[in-house]
Amino acid sequence: MTGKGGTGKTTVAAALALALAAGGRKVLLVEVEGRQGIAQVFDTPPLPYEERKIAVAPDGGDVYALAIDPEEAMLEYVEMFYGMRRAGKALNKIGLVDFATTIAPGLRDVLVTGKTSEAVRRRDKSGRRAYDAVVMDAPPTGRITRFLNVTAEVAGLARIGPVKNHADLVRGVVASPETAVHFVTLLEEMPVQETLDGVESLREAKLPVGGVFINMVRPELLPAAVLEAAAEGGFDPGELALGLKAAGLADGGGGVPSIAGALAAEVKEHALRTVLEQRERRSLAEAGTPRYELPLLPEGADLAGLYELAEAMRAQGAA
Amino acid sequence: MTATATTADGHRRTSPILDIDAVLDDPGTRIVVCCGSGGVGKTTTAAALGLRAAERGRRVVVLTVDPARRLAQSMGLTELDNTPRVVTGVEGPGELHAMMLDMKRTFDEIIEAHADPERARQILTNPFYQSLSSSFSGTQEYMAMEKLGQLRRSDEWDLIIVDTPPSRSALDFLDAPERLGRFLDGRLIRILMAPAKAGGRSAFKLLNAGFGLVAGAMTKILGAQFLKDIQTFVAALDAVFGGFRQRAEQTYRLLQAPGTAFLVVAAPERDAMREASYFVERLAEERMPLAGLVVNRVHRSPAPALSAARSTAAAEDLEARGEHDLTAAVLRLHAGRMQLAAREHREQEHFASAHPTVPIAEVLAMPEDVHDLVGLREIGELLAS
Repeated sequence: MTGKGGTGKTTVAAALALALAAGGRKVLLVEVEGRQGIAQVFDTPPLPYEERKIAVAPDGGDVYALAIDPEEAMLEYVEMFYGMRRAGKALNKIGLVDFATTIAPGLRDVLVTGKTSEAVRRRDKSGRRAYDAVVMDAPPTGRITRFLNVTAEVAGLARIGPVKNHADLVRGVVASPETAVHFVTLLEEMPVQETLDGVESLREAKLPVGGVFINMVRPELLPAAVLEAAAEGGFDPGELALGLKAAGLADGGGGVPSIAGALAAEVKEHALRTVLEQRERRSLAEAGTPRYELPLLPEGADLAGLYELAEAMRAQGAA
Repeated sequence: MTATATTADGHRRTSPILDIDAVLDDPGTRIVVCCGSGGVGKTTTAAALGLRAAERGRRVVVLTVDPARRLAQSMGLTELDNTPRVVTGVEGPGELHAMMLDMKRTFDEIIEAHADPERARQILTNPFYQSLSSSFSGTQEYMAMEKLGQLRRSDEWDLIIVDTPPSRSALDFLDAPERLGRFLDGRLIRILMAPAKAGGRSAFKLLNAGFGLVAGAMTKILGAQFLKDIQTFVAALDAVFGGFRQRAEQTYRLLQAPGTAFLVVAAPERDAMREASYFVERLAEERMPLAGLVVNRVHRSPAPALSAARSTAAAEDLEARGEHDLTAAVLRLHAGRMQLAAREHREQEHFASAHPTVPIAEVLAMPEDVHDLVGLREIGELLAS
């Protein structure tokens, strides 16, 4: 799950994990940027580098969460593939791990996607997949292609050798038909433009594009004809004034005419914004990906809101 | 809850108002740094401040790291690059220039300035360098600060406005000099440098047994070729390291100087305000001069006297009676808007109670994105009002 900053990417990723877990499945929700965003969304203390159950989905089903720390992932990788826990510690001490995870380009991303791929491929004793689905709260749209295009990222550095082999393995998982890169956007110009650019660059890199989740969609309360007229400045406050009077709003705030006038201004603003939103919807349609609409949560994305978003996703067949 | 806890309703706003024009007009202000999490309108804020300062008489350059074409277009430039371009259409006595950071170009220039031509060539063609200079997650932060230092030293502008990269933590630019220092002083560098110093043939052979373990592990994990590229790179770069370090520290001190003003930019949402709080605390820790907080995209209603509760009740009443459908719908719309405004207000209150002395400027949400100087000017007016 990727998206421009401010679009609610982490919230939507968390809701998708809940939606995918519904009905008794097991889903892992992964965080990769060290922001502890998942802990904030679920209102829990900061997550350690450890898979732990964080929520129960509707009709049973579990969501586990993992905050990937690149340093820990590096040590684990060294131990798992080379059986060298002690050497890993020594490398950490001299700063190689720090170097590899923060300074060496691409390595950090390979470690993080590598750890996620491991969780995807992991099987239990009976040979079944450990998780039915893995949802990653990925880096923002502007960085997503480079982040996932791991082989290209390390290509200049490691043409052969273990780093290259590892990157190839990760690429196999990331580019497989089992993976889908979803975008979160708002119906605003910049996030929509970034989404369209992101979809294009993923396609160029031959990475699997999923759907677009349009977040924070406001319910449309006014009839289309009223909106059209209002956008052109043709909203008549006369009928509104009568209605306000009927509703007993004549007292306070300067009387009915001034309230009606102020509300008419609000309707016009709303209508103008609706016109812009329609334009952005049409732009998104051009990308040719599935689109899902998620309602604006009036009280913000609290825990109850997550379940509401998950329900909306299931109702639209996103999970 | 303690006895001193304040309630959201009826709580008087205590934050001082941020006087943007005072910051921009003060000839002592030489650098304005806009920082904040991604998606809060940081770059637009930087451009609007630049235009306003220019129109009030200053000679301004805006340095952006955001490759948004739209921003360039809003300033009438077809594209932005690593050289400041003059923006036409500025109404007033000053001048506005704009540029976008080219991370690789800036890095190359440092190498060229600090190494002799032969060594510079070795570095610039090294695959590790090429990758580092275009994709290292901290390079952008470091190069933005380097470019800022260059602009400041050139003394060609009397005000430099910079927006910071939308990095993971949004604070990486403060850590860049320290991280670089930690890397340069680290034992890793000495180990990587060892083969070059020992004549290059047998890596690590002069090192003790503890290092032997490490060396073996490094070769096994990274691969011999990768390790060799890093070693060649580090060896070639050795000559310019000192310069790097010194410049990073200079820029860091420049940021602490009284001529610098930090503006934290946020949107009135939980995550962005939380990040803003964190930012304000970090800047204080680093003794960086904070001018205030800019809260973008604040929603208000033209009819604030009609509360959400009354509006909803009236809508319910009309709906129950089956009358005045349109009025009921408008009242629901209004209630939603009032709820949004209240929620945004709570997020700001939260910040204000934690940081009561930080001045705040609010910018009302505009129906449409900014497309031209007129739009930027409007944002500037909102910032200053």
